[in-house]
Amino acid sequence: MSVGTSWYLTLAAILFTIGAIGLLVRRNVLVMFMCVELMLNAATLTFVTFARGLDDIAGQTAVFFVLVVAAAEVVVGLGIIVSIYRRRPGATADDIHGLKG
Amino acid sequence: MLRSVFLIPLLPLAGFVILLASGRQLGNPRAGWLATLMVAASFVVTIVVFIGLFRLPAGARSYTETWFTWISAGHLHVDMGLLVDPLSMTMAAFVTGVSALIHLYSIGYMEHDEDFPKFFLYLNLFVASMLLLVLADNFLFMFLGWEGVGVCSYFLIGFWFERDSASSAAKKAMIFNRIGDAAFLVALFLIYERTGSLEYHTVFANLGRVGEPSLVAIGLLLFAGAAGKSAQIPLYPWLADAMEGPTPVSALIHAATMVTAGVYLMCRINPILFRAPDAAHVVAIVGAGTAFLGATIACAQNDIKKILAYSTISQLGYMFLAAGIGAYDAAIFLMLTHAFYKALLFLGAGSVIHAMNDDQDVKTMGALARVMPITGVTFLVGWLSIGGVPPFSGFWSKGNVLLNAYAFSPVLWAIGSLTAVLTAYYLGRAYLLVFRGEQRWVEARPSGAAGHGSHDAAGQDPHDPSWVMSLPLVVLGVLSALGALVNLPFHPTFDFLDRWLNPVFASRLLAHRWSVGGLWGFAVVDGVLALLGVGLAIACWGRTSEHPALEPTVLRRAWYIDWAYDRFIARTSTEVAVETSSVVETKGIDGAVNGLAGLVRATGRQLRKVQTGYVRNYALGLTAGLVLVLAYVLTRAS
Amino acid sequence: MTNLLAAATIPDAITFAIAAVICVVGAFGVVLARNPVHSALMLVMTLFGVAVLFVEENAQFLAAVQVIVYAGAIVVLFLFVIMLLGVDRHEAIERDPLPGQRLIAVCLGILGLVELILLARGKWPHGPRSVSGPLGTPADNVSRIGKSVFTTYLLAFEVTSALLVIAVVGAVVLARRPRRAAGDDGAPFVEPDDSIGDLDAGEPEPLDQPAEDTEAGAAVEFADADAEAAPTGRAAGRTGP
Repeated sequence: MSVGTSWYLTLAAILFTIGAIGLLVRRNVLVMFMCVELMLNAATLTFVTFARGLDDIAGQTAVFFVLVVAAAEVVVGLGIIVSIYRRRPGATADDIHGLKG
Repeated sequence: MLRSVFLIPLLPLAGFVILLASGRQLGNPRAGWLATLMVAASFVVTIVVFIGLFRLPAGARSYTETWFTWISAGHLHVDMGLLVDPLSMTMAAFVTGVSALIHLYSIGYMEHDEDFPKFFLYLNLFVASMLLLVLADNFLFMFLGWEGVGVCSYFLIGFWFERDSASSAAKKAMIFNRIGDAAFLVALFLIYERTGSLEYHTVFANLGRVGEPSLVAIGLLLFAGAAGKSAQIPLYPWLADAMEGPTPVSALIHAATMVTAGVYLMCRINPILFRAPDAAHVVAIVGAGTAFLGATIACAQNDIKKILAYSTISQLGYMFLAAGIGAYDAAIFLMLTHAFYKALLFLGAGSVIHAMNDDQDVKTMGALARVMPITGVTFLVGWLSIGGVPPFSGFWSKGNVLLNAYAFSPVLWAIGSLTAVLTAYYLGRAYLLVFRGEQRWVEARPSGAAGHGSHDAAGQDPHDPSWVMSLPLVVLGVLSALGALVNLPFHPTFDFLDRWLNPVFASRLLAHRWSVGGLWGFAVVDGVLALLGVGLAIACWGRTSEHPALEPTVLRRAWYIDWAYDRFIARTSTEVAVETSSVVETKGIDGAVNGLAGLVRATGRQLRKVQTGYVRNYALGLTAGLVLVLAYVLTRAS
Repeated sequence: MTNLLAAATIPDAITFAIAAVICVVGAFGVVLARNPVHSALMLVMTLFGVAVLFVEENAQFLAAVQVIVYAGAIVVLFLFVIMLLGVDRHEAIERDPLPGQRLIAVCLGILGLVELILLARGKWPHGPRSVSGPLGTPADNVSRIGKSVFTTYLLAFEVTSALLVIAVVGAVVLARRPRRAAGDDGAPFVEPDDSIGDLDAGEPEPLDQPAEDTEAGAAVEFADADAEAAPTGRAAGRTGP
């Protein structure tokens, strides 16, 4: 019905790569989090693509659960960010390096 | 009766333990009497066992009493057992007897020493060890006693350890002994490996299976051990230094008993030496050489104890000569009489030293026979005995050795005879310088000299010591004079000692039958040589006390052998050790260990840089891993 | 059915192209925008693009859920936090304090991308078909997903609901303010009773006046510390995170 699966997979790969590079390069914690969401989306896109390609509903079910878990993860992650920010306002990812060996 | 043999070493050992626990409380002189009593009791028990053994028929005189199993590991089985046979009982008898006399003497000699109980403690331990040595029925137990006497020798030489010379002498004795002990141990390993046992009976029964090169090796190694213990070439320099110990120690250990352990060993292993003639010949030659060497050095010594020390070395050489040529009974006979007269000479020297306020230089003595008659007479008897003047015991015993030497090799006989002349000469020199001639000691002693103890205030003359010290002198004098009665060669019924010891030596004796005329001929020659030596001594030293020509430096410095050892072995070893410790140890070994630690530390330091603490760096690591995994999957995807 | 994999029609291709462009532009926007608010908005754009692609791939329910949950709740939550914490300042994006990070990140990213594309072009999208059940028509999509969730993957569903509860609790605990009164070690999960009121006030507050820090609303996503932002000074018994 739509274009071939490999296109979608390629697109998902590109999104994932952009998200990964963004995670590694940006220092603002919230932007890093958003890049993680980007990667998750790429993964969900891949799932759905395979669901179509293999004619299997399990792929979409998986996306369903991924969505739920992503939401829970965002909630807890933002809670952590908030409590970090209370201590040190204006912290970036680089400011927390207490485990430096 | 025979079963009480275990008491013989146990009594002195008990004395040691009691003195160890309560010696200080017992004090002076009770500690000494206790020790003497223990050794005297041991002597009595020895006689009892001796009689018990005598009662057994001649062919069956061997009894073993086993205490308990000492080692039982695999095939190695060693008991602590005591062997009662003629050789061991003869040794035990004269060891306990002479030791008892010397203990008695020490009560008087060490009277003013504050470590009085400690001295007797060591002496008892020594006697116990020596008895274990001679009574053991296996090589390992004997080695236990061997080591024990070595250790006691160390303790006793270094008894006055605050003196540097004494503690150095003790160490020197220990080190030389140790070299011999190492050879002994290797011999034990070899014996066990070749015969499967360490017990005398078993080993000697199995000698037929052992090849001759191994037997020669065993014989030579055991002789090396004996050379260490009995001061033969090349391990003899320690005996002269051992004179740093108190005189009773020199008398007991370094004249009568410990140094004879080597000779005992050679006699005990006579089956091995019989089967390894090369080793036996080496023993004989080294013995003869040592006898000559010791005699030459003794001619030029000024310290009375050193004269006697080198004399001991020389006489021990005779004994090894006898053992090497197969005349074991002659060796034992000489050992017996030597114990008597050498102990006598040493104790007499001790009396003189005691009287001269610890001065040991013969050049500052003289004319003491007038003021110390007992000592003088007994010393004279000792001189005549050791010189081989008939009818004293030395004449018979040394004559026996020379007789057998001639039967083996006239060259060795010649060396032995020359040494005999020298023996009579140098000891005569000692006697004359100390007891005759002018009184050189009045002017040598400053008027304010402190006396030994309280009874020798300045100006008091030397005198004979008290009865505790004089009695042993007299007893030993009598024994020296008459001791040869146990073994006279004239008639088959008179050579008690030879017949008594025969079962032990059996067919291994030098088989040579002399005619009566031959025996008389040798007797005459021996007597002439002895009198020649006596005459030389009187001629040279009867009047004067200065004869530099007869005391060349090379002899006084003992042929520079000890100096050579020090220079080429001791000092070189020290330098190597210093070099090793400062270079090899600090740079090499420490460097390697520290270097390894440093390497680990450096690696850790480098690896620590991975832990930057930045989450983004860790995420980078994750990504890198991911890329690698994907690459792997790619390779499998096709 | 097999018509799912029939040759793509022209509108499908165009739709895909436009949606793809939207997604990629949005992704670049997320990564490159300096202002975090701009990043969030770009993320929304990407999410919309992905939703369109979901519809293209016959996953209508998911597209709807994506828009509602992801774009409509999660990103809104992000924006709340950004505004609350004031992180909308500009971040210095030119320099990276960690040496080599940027370069290596880009290299690894490109490398990974190449690998993924190579993998995508292989025979991976082939395998056993319809293991859990076929996709069905667009009208069936919701019921099929529902059937799958509530029968085949029931355990995962139950676990996920437990996870949600835990997440709520965790968020509440994390976001509490640190306690101000000493000696107060009250139970962590009990809401303090603020009806006692200020001691200086003299009289307790009437009960119909709701405390300003009422517990979070029904929706999971609102369980954050927002309500406690208003300092009231009355909270004597609050315990901190």
